[in-house]
Amino acid sequence: MSDRNSENTGLSRKEWPLYEVFVRSRNGLSHKHVGSVHAPDPEMALINARDAYTRRGEGVSIWVVPSAAIVASDPADKESFFEPLAEKIYRHPTFYEIPEEVKNI
Amino acid sequence: MNATAPVSTSAPVVSGPDRDALVQYLIRLGDDALILSHRLAEWCAKAPELEEDLALTNIALDLVGQTRSFYTYAGELEGKGRTEDDIAFLREERDYRNVLLVEQPNEDFAHAMARQFLFDAMSLPFFEALSNSKDPTVAGIAQKAVKEVRYHLRHAAEWVIRLGDGTEESHRRMQAAIDELWPYTGELFAMDDIDRRMVALGIGVDLESLREPWSRTVDEVLSEATLTRPADGWMQSGGRSGRHSEYMGYILAELQYMQRAYPNMKW
Repeated sequence: MSDRNSENTGLSRKEWPLYEVFVRSRNGLSHKHVGSVHAPDPEMALINARDAYTRRGEGVSIWVVPSAAIVASDPADKESFFEPLAEKIYRHPTFYEIPEEVKNI
Repeated sequence: MNATAPVSTSAPVVSGPDRDALVQYLIRLGDDALILSHRLAEWCAKAPELEEDLALTNIALDLVGQTRSFYTYAGELEGKGRTEDDIAFLREERDYRNVLLVEQPNEDFAHAMARQFLFDAMSLPFFEALSNSKDPTVAGIAQKAVKEVRYHLRHAAEWVIRLGDGTEESHRRMQAAIDELWPYTGELFAMDDIDRRMVALGIGVDLESLREPWSRTVDEVLSEATLTRPADGWMQSGGRSGRHSEYMGYILAELQYMQRAYPNMKW
């Protein structure tokens, strides 16, 4: 397998890119991150994700996203990003009674 | 096979020689699925990628499910007390009636995907037609199988396309696999007395009518894969009458070992 061909097809083992998998478990809920799969291209990523993550009837819809496309927060920013929120309890929805009939909150 | 297999939901629609033919028909459909499933299971823990390992064993398990439904119903109709396990594990090679295509060895990943693709391209229109069977149990099994096989075909076709239209080596291997397996595709559409009887009763499928949809799928995928469709030459046959290729004995030795060495063993 020449380098030129591998670049063209992405089929060489070490070049299979990673995809993040999101599954909607049922209508009305949002897609939730469940893990990741390797695949040569987006269509195969969808097929691999179906086999790896929805074998037991977990989903009604799958998204796959190239892991490289994810922009992640820097762990070093943890203090400035998240800690100030812990003190602003008035922003937390803990002052409401949630009626029993309301599911999925 | 430890879970409860689906049982028939209604009385059989046939009796006498028709019933015997239906039992044979069900067993050969189960045999196709069982032997193909065994070939796929041979990839377990050895597939080229973890993701493919899961995919191949998933497909193998779907096929085991189809096998169980066919064998269980065959055993019920036959009325001799044979269970799905008896039919799966305790017959001689000559009693297995699968097409020769499904017993062909894995060789490489290209062969496995080519075999799967050539079979599924027939299997999908077959089960679509069988969904209209006058036997409600057969129709039920087929309706469930259609959804599974539609996915199997998609998976296999994607790989035929990717390997065919991939690197020089993957193209060469996929073309070789298609060429080598091609002589086994004729048997997929060969009608015998059992098929004709099942068609006449409105229970089975006219295999000749599947040639056209099969051919269309094969042409579409091979052309996208930049592969050449082999010319139809001499076609292998014999599986439907119990005359198998040299590989079948080895498959059964592995498949039957446990029940032969420890009769009636359960786990």
